[in-house]
Amino acid sequence: MLFCSVNSHYHTHILHIIKMEHPITISHYTPLPDGEHSPSLTTTNTAEQSSRRRSLTFVLLFSSILAACLVMGTMVLFPNSGNEAVEKSTVVPEETVEVAPRGVAEGVSMKSFRRPALNAEPPANFPWNSNVLSWQRSSFHFQPNQNWMNDPNGPLFYKGWYHLFYQYNPDGAIWGNKIVWGHAVSSDLIHWKHLPVAMVTDHWYDVNGVWTGSATILPDGQIVMLYTGSTNESVQVQNLAYPADPSDPLLIEWVKYPGNPVLVPPPGIDFKDFRDPTTAWRTPEGKWRLIIGSKLNKTGISLVYDTVDFKNFTLLDGVLHAVHGTGMWECVDFYPVSKFGENGLDTSFDGVGVKHVMKASLDDDRNDYYAIGTYDPVSGKWVPDNPELDVGIGLRYDYGIYYASKTFYDSNKKRRVLWSWIKETDSEISDVRKGWASVQGIPRTILFDPKTGSNLLQWPVEEVNKLRLNKTVFENVEINTGAVLPLEIGSGSQLDITAEFEVDKESLERVQETNEVYDCKNNGGSSGRGALGPFGLLILADKDLSEQTPVYFYIAKGSGGNLRTFFCADHSRSSKAVDVDKEIYGSVVPVLRGEKLTMRILVDHSIVESFSQGGRTCITSRVYPTKAIYNNAKVFLFNNATEARIIASLNIWQMNTAQRQTHFADLVI
Amino acid sequence: MLINLSFIILLLVLSPCSLLVKAQHQTNSLILDTCKKTPNYALCVSTLRSNPHSSTADVAGLGLILVGAVKAKSTAGLKTISELSRANPALKKRLSQCMEDYKMILSAFIPEAEQAIGGDPKFAEDGMNGIADVTAQCVKSLQGVRAPLPSTNKLVHDLSLVTVSIIRTML
Repeated sequence: MLFCSVNSHYHTHILHIIKMEHPITISHYTPLPDGEHSPSLTTTNTAEQSSRRRSLTFVLLFSSILAACLVMGTMVLFPNSGNEAVEKSTVVPEETVEVAPRGVAEGVSMKSFRRPALNAEPPANFPWNSNVLSWQRSSFHFQPNQNWMNDPNGPLFYKGWYHLFYQYNPDGAIWGNKIVWGHAVSSDLIHWKHLPVAMVTDHWYDVNGVWTGSATILPDGQIVMLYTGSTNESVQVQNLAYPADPSDPLLIEWVKYPGNPVLVPPPGIDFKDFRDPTTAWRTPEGKWRLIIGSKLNKTGISLVYDTVDFKNFTLLDGVLHAVHGTGMWECVDFYPVSKFGENGLDTSFDGVGVKHVMKASLDDDRNDYYAIGTYDPVSGKWVPDNPELDVGIGLRYDYGIYYASKTFYDSNKKRRVLWSWIKETDSEISDVRKGWASVQGIPRTILFDPKTGSNLLQWPVEEVNKLRLNKTVFENVEINTGAVLPLEIGSGSQLDITAEFEVDKESLERVQETNEVYDCKNNGGSSGRGALGPFGLLILADKDLSEQTPVYFYIAKGSGGNLRTFFCADHSRSSKAVDVDKEIYGSVVPVLRGEKLTMRILVDHSIVESFSQGGRTCITSRVYPTKAIYNNAKVFLFNNATEARIIASLNIWQMNTAQRQTHFADLVI
Repeated sequence: MLINLSFIILLLVLSPCSLLVKAQHQTNSLILDTCKKTPNYALCVSTLRSNPHSSTADVAGLGLILVGAVKAKSTAGLKTISELSRANPALKKRLSQCMEDYKMILSAFIPEAEQAIGGDPKFAEDGMNGIADVTAQCVKSLQGVRAPLPSTNKLVHDLSLVTVSIIRTML
């Protein structure tokens, strides 16, 4: 009421001024020119009009001041007047249906894809029960017995054991700030023993999270682990840790360097944009060099540090590389690949015939991107071979659910092996109810593709093949246009499928060129029929095809008769449930002249990994059927092309279980 | 002349008002800009304005305020569900799943969002989307139940989606 009382004061003051000026004003008043009024009346009216005008002005002024007073008072005193009126709220903009995520639609903000419109009634959901939920656990992918997992950490091979550490929440099936390093070991990357947690949030410099990090194995066999800690003030810092007992091949106990943190955010870098240090490599001067991802505004960057002892670091000028508009670079990775060889290379290796791969996980769209380029160890810079396929704007390791991946050099079998976090794409409620969330992808070997020269090849490690049982072979199966053929292979929840497809040459030549612009996501999925596609397999499909997940090729014939081949996985009919991911994923896959179209699919309950052309384009899927589970999960061949006849040859193996925990239904049968 | 004078005086009187209005706009421009990116601008603005800390908060702070609002409404919702279940045993069975879900919101998804906003914001998104899922499912079981429970449920749902889009801007 303060302002109103001030206004009243003004009000009184102003009235006083007007009264004083009143006589002067009136004397200048000009009477109306018309003869409507008699002279006598004119005089009277003038006087009356003057007084009327006087009162009018007072009224006008008074009411304006009062109005102003009220307006201000309302704004000051009742700022939340709209709070209780939920139903009456005016939505701006009116037509918004979904929360529109920024960035590329595929993979962005995964759990927002199925939001119903705010004012629409959500469709009835499948009542998940424990039988259906328990089917979802994988049989030969890595996952802890329960609770939440995310990024793989510090993978390494040491004294006969493969070690995997991982972001783990000991308290529940969703992420939390008590994230610790889970730990497991394996002699073959497939059968795992779970060990005690390796590092917990027990120091001020990692009390809000023991986050991602990498191992460097020194020439004398010492293991150095650098990881990001989220401090008591949520500042991201880098910390050093090492095994308490190097003679313990299981590396159960870990020690944190007393002088931690060894790195804090440098000037100009936000304290929330400084995480995930890489494995280090040797420089020409004999120092160790590593990178840490960050961003400046919306430019993703990789900061470079040199060190001799992993305790004191020098920040190099500039960055290893940066790409505008890509946002924060998480979990960066940097490693050499041989242009000619069939083996992986130690991280420090350099020389003739070596390219370097730069990789980043983009926080903005939750996808992993890589680019192949040339590294100059003297200047500490890397440039991509093809700037149009630069980090973050070009190729992805995987076009499905695949994030925070990390490679390591396996000195045992001389290969570069890739791990990745595969998150859930069902609802978080389901995760809490089933008591766990996330798996790791099957470890993949990484090789440079010498045939295309422009991409990597990823392939499941050969140890997976040990799980193969009961092979069924299909040779030269003809699939006419529109056909769907069941493949009798028994139960379809745990499978390894390799398939080869031939398109009849006549169709390829006869079919007309089109200007069609195809991409997996926007062309109706497996029901979007073209002359030369889609064709492939239906996996996790029930016999009535009420649920199905097609994995397929689509060939588009463009100008000049150029054929472009796409490899896609369609989840739109993968489940009757509505609270699961229904997207269509995939990308173009290079196919060279003379090559047949090949795919390999690992089906492992709710995780499916699909590889085309020997691993040029890969798609990891999460699938949550309600009916196509246990013995009801089947496999079909299909050809939805309108012109092309397809001939397919397949090997399908049942896959044994690697995890000690079996599924409830397996025990019963 | 009198009219001119009164206009001048009116302007003089109103100028402190306009200054005050301008000051308010300046304080809330972050709120207004941030809320424009959400699916329910009015709800976003009114919720934030009702918290005195919002005028000096950065985006993360605004996110935390919204998470707090979702928490408060969810707590109220759970209380109402409990009361209704106790008072009306016929309703109890129908509401039991929804009650479990609201407990999940408060025990799991709210803490996840609170911790993640300060740490790794993308996980806060997941938590708030989890709440939107829960409340979307509760709608069915709340059909025919009298106010205020259905509107509280919708409020929690809408607020959590507003929070999701605010968190998006933090990435």
